Amino acid sequence: MAGLMAGFGHYTHAVVRGIPASLAKEALRSSQTEVDLAKAVKEQEAYVEVLRTRLGLEVVELPADESLPDCVFVEDAAVVCGDTALITRPGAESRRGETEAMKGALKDLNLNIVEMTDENATLDGGDVLFTGREFFVGLSKRTNQRGAEILADAFKDYAVSTVPVLEGLHLKSFCSMGGPGLIVIGSSEPAQKALKIMQQMSDHRYDKLTVPDDLAANCIYMNLPSKGHVLLHCTAEEFPESAKVFEKLKDHMLIPMSNLEKVKVDGALTCCSVLINKKANI
Amino acid sequence: MKLVVCHVTLLDGTDFTCEVEKRAKGQYLFFKVCEHLNLLEKDYFGLTYKDNHDQKCWLDPTKEIKRQIRSNNWQFAFNVKFYPPDPSLLTEDITRYLLCLQLREDVASGRLPCSFVTHALLGSYTLQAEIGDYEPDQPRPLDFISQLTFAPNQNKEMEEKILELYKSHRGMTPAQADTQFLENAKKLSMYGVDLHHAKDSEGVDIMLGVCANGLLVYKDRLRINRFAWPKILKISYKRNNFYIKIRPGETEQFESTVGFKLENHRAAKRLWKVCVENHSFFRLNAPEPPTKARFLTLGSKFRYSGRTQAQTRMASSLIDRPAPSFERTSSKRISRSLDGAPMISITEAGRESAENGREPHLELHSDSKDHDKTQEEVLKHQASISQLKRSFMEAPPPSPPQPNQWEKRLTSSPATIRLQQQQVSLAEEIASVLFSRHTDIGLDSTAKAACIFPEPPLDAVKTTSSAATSSSAAVCSFSAPQRPLATLSTALSATEVSVPQTEAATADNAISDTKEPAKTTEVEIEETVVVQEISRAPKPGLVTVAASTPAAPSAEQEMREQEVEVQEEAVVVEEAKPRKEESISSESESEEEAEYHPYLPVSISHTQIPEEKEEEEEQEKQEEDKTPELQVLASDASSLPAEVIQPAEETRREEVESKKEDNTETEKTTNAEEEKEVERETEESTDDPMVTPDEAPNGLTLPEEGVTVMDARAEEEEEPKMNGEPSLTEAEPLPQVICCSEPPVVKTEMVTISDTFAAQKTEIATKEVPIVHTETKTITYEAAQLDGNGDGEPGVLMTAQTITSESLCTTTTTHITKTLKGGLSETRIEKRIVITGDCDIDHDQS
Repeated sequence: MAGLMAGFGHYTHAVVRGIPASLAKEALRSSQTEVDLAKAVKEQEAYVEVLRTRLGLEVVELPADESLPDCVFVEDAAVVCGDTALITRPGAESRRGETEAMKGALKDLNLNIVEMTDENATLDGGDVLFTGREFFVGLSKRTNQRGAEILADAFKDYAVSTVPVLEGLHLKSFCSMGGPGLIVIGSSEPAQKALKIMQQMSDHRYDKLTVPDDLAANCIYMNLPSKGHVLLHCTAEEFPESAKVFEKLKDHMLIPMSNLEKVKVDGALTCCSVLINKKANI
Repeated sequence: MKLVVCHVTLLDGTDFTCEVEKRAKGQYLFFKVCEHLNLLEKDYFGLTYKDNHDQKCWLDPTKEIKRQIRSNNWQFAFNVKFYPPDPSLLTEDITRYLLCLQLREDVASGRLPCSFVTHALLGSYTLQAEIGDYEPDQPRPLDFISQLTFAPNQNKEMEEKILELYKSHRGMTPAQADTQFLENAKKLSMYGVDLHHAKDSEGVDIMLGVCANGLLVYKDRLRINRFAWPKILKISYKRNNFYIKIRPGETEQFESTVGFKLENHRAAKRLWKVCVENHSFFRLNAPEPPTKARFLTLGSKFRYSGRTQAQTRMASSLIDRPAPSFERTSSKRISRSLDGAPMISITEAGRESAENGREPHLELHSDSKDHDKTQEEVLKHQASISQLKRSFMEAPPPSPPQPNQWEKRLTSSPATIRLQQQQVSLAEEIASVLFSRHTDIGLDSTAKAACIFPEPPLDAVKTTSSAATSSSAAVCSFSAPQRPLATLSTALSATEVSVPQTEAATADNAISDTKEPAKTTEVEIEETVVVQEISRAPKPGLVTVAASTPAAPSAEQEMREQEVEVQEEAVVVEEAKPRKEESISSESESEEEAEYHPYLPVSISHTQIPEEKEEEEEQEKQEEDKTPELQVLASDASSLPAEVIQPAEETRREEVESKKEDNTETEKTTNAEEEKEVERETEESTDDPMVTPDEAPNGLTLPEEGVTVMDARAEEEEEPKMNGEPSLTEAEPLPQVICCSEPPVVKTEMVTISDTFAAQKTEIATKEVPIVHTETKTITYEAAQLDGNGDGEPGVLMTAQTITSESLCTTTTTHITKTLKGGLSETRIEKRIVITGDCDIDHDQS
């Protein structure tokens, strides 16, 4: 028993979801681009494969829902920390239906479910950065103050600070955790500004790893029993300069993950899974 | 003497009753409670009372209880005041236990919010600590658990979880369980955060949270801003507004002031006080003395008076007693079913104090004559600066070690207590142990210094009594009782060594003054000089004493001789300072504004840079000096030994702290001249090696200072802009430091700024003195905050403080600057205080 807030990055389970064909045409996106559905599906398969086979996580795969073109991006539908799962109320109306299946899956995993029922609240999981010691919630197009408040209520042990997201879709569109106390951050001005705010708001000290490309700053950190520090990050093909930065992390097991297609519909690496630690500390 | 019965609710929910004199100060009661609890690491705790508005307030230890509670309800609660960020650093289990009790209450009441799992985990540790291992045969454990309160929203599910976790703790000792409890509790985001309701500038409801790291701003549960202590330049309140002035960020140009509205002025003041105390406790090495002589401005002179965390850690690291055994019981509060359970009983054997703890007043108050004495004794045991000073005075100088500066600030210093003979108490026992350690470790710098340098201290006590013009609130009638007054002079003359003196040059025109031209020992103390028992009936008065001084070499001797007779009087003198604080602050109790500059006075004041542009060159030079300077500074609080050890060297530091108001041009001039003078001194010897401290008193200090240097620069750049700002964001004090060191023969300089009009004259006398010593000089210029309408008389406080290894000298001059029609300003010296003594002044005073 390690007590509270130990074991950052320890995961046993992952919830993922299939890609509906509707993603290609109907999924929300900030720039008009063509998505190659087949490639996207391949990417997702590779992603799930890494989680399941390479990293040995128990993967819960939810079926795609054609009426929910964005449903592959499960991260936005729930925030899981410890054994509490907050089912969100996504900012995009078209995505609200995604939470249903997620709720069921998390219930089955015996998590304490907290639902965001307030109709004034919106929150996308992509705006929630959990550092292991506290939460930062991006106030973005998708997430509002009320949503953040409900999150704070759901995870009372932790400080929840709000960070304005002026550019980009989500807070995690330009940052993520790269290890315990290590924030990976994009080098754009809004990203750096957000980092400043986070540093100011925090009682804790964080190291930062700056990568040239904002999108590349979204990576997945895990700390797994037999593998140690694991980092799923962008490929050199996608972001050559940023990939080089990641390659400097000597203590991490580095796994480059292709995300060329999903990124076209604003999907980053963290978006495609909800990670859970079922062997919770307590 | 009238006695009153005080009821103190302890952390386990039990009631402690205790008789105190009606006029007893807060600390007396607090110490009684700590004694009862057998608590040594008491600085984290405090007593609270409910004011007339049912608001929880901290009992100020330095003030009379009666004056604070303002009702006849002598009901208090013993609480944690400063939550140690890392409870594992506490020395004693008993301290951790008490902290646990507080946190259990915080958690159960919902004041410290936590998740379901955390509630369960904390609850399980509580059970383990209080009842020991889970007994499988115990019938219906859940029923038992459900009778205890662990959480505001406790339910069956939680109780089951608690039980499940409790079972898993088998084998854990109570102390381990407490430790685990604390290890988890300390991580909670609201741990140690003291919340205050407020509104932001737009009237939106927010919460302000004061904690070890700074000030947090919450809206609902969300943290929407955070101001770490180093970011805050000034904390003030005015009526029901609370302001913090923020250091500009790297990219920002200006300081900004953030204002919050509180419910009423009491709430604003309460918040302000909490900030002042938390900042002092967690950020400073030693408490900042209350602002003195700011009698021209309204406002509270409140400062934190206890030990800082650094000091208390130091002190508790020296605790050397067998761990007191105590009984953990299910606390009354959370247990309704255990009414018959024993209260905390201190089961320690063979200790008088334990006995006292059990039946304190039977013994102490059996007879009212004795009572006075006892009360005094108890106070003597405790960490009160006045007492330390007093004992310093009493201590026979020749007998090897004298309590040093550090000790004085450190605690009810063991050493001093010991010297003070025959106090029966734990403290004393520890004291002697500590004492011997001190000598070993070499903390005992002053003592050593005394041995190394037999030369008489260069002391001069100078008093200039101002005519205490009509002007001010705080200016007090000369009502100080005659007797103590006389006493004062005696006592002082015993300590003083006169030096024909620079001070003499001071222009005192506007000052009615008892100064005698030929010699310069005068004391002016603005305060009530009253012995404790007399109470503070008289208002703070200006006491002017012209004491004739014996020849330098004989001074110490004489002091020794007089010591016995003067003992009582010395007490009076020494108590004068704290008293002053007391009376003034109680006087300003109802004041509606006050400010506080949350510096690490040591570091920041030394690194900030004055605002005048003309001084740029100087600054460059100062930059050169920075590094050595910082080293010294870092050690300021504790490294006296280091300084003293190098006899052939003089370390001089000059701080010039300047704070101005827009239209006091004249002040600027003076200031500039001043600094130039100072500068001249400096140029001569910048390269001399500086003393390097043995160690920084706490790890934070050094890095912090590095930061401040930069910040100071940043600030300097924007100074010009400052001048246009409203009084709300009045110019900061910008201390300047010049460091230099010179071998054996040193120039001693007394800087005095004074003049009747416009303070144009600056006279600095420099004089060769064949004495080697360390010296620190601080000069403070301070502009008073304008009254709301801006018509008030702005006062300017100037302090020149010199601290040497052997003597301390402070000159405080207060100027009143009036802005006349046509933009002319007139400045008069209102008051000057020069205090010199071996032990009077805290190093960190700025």
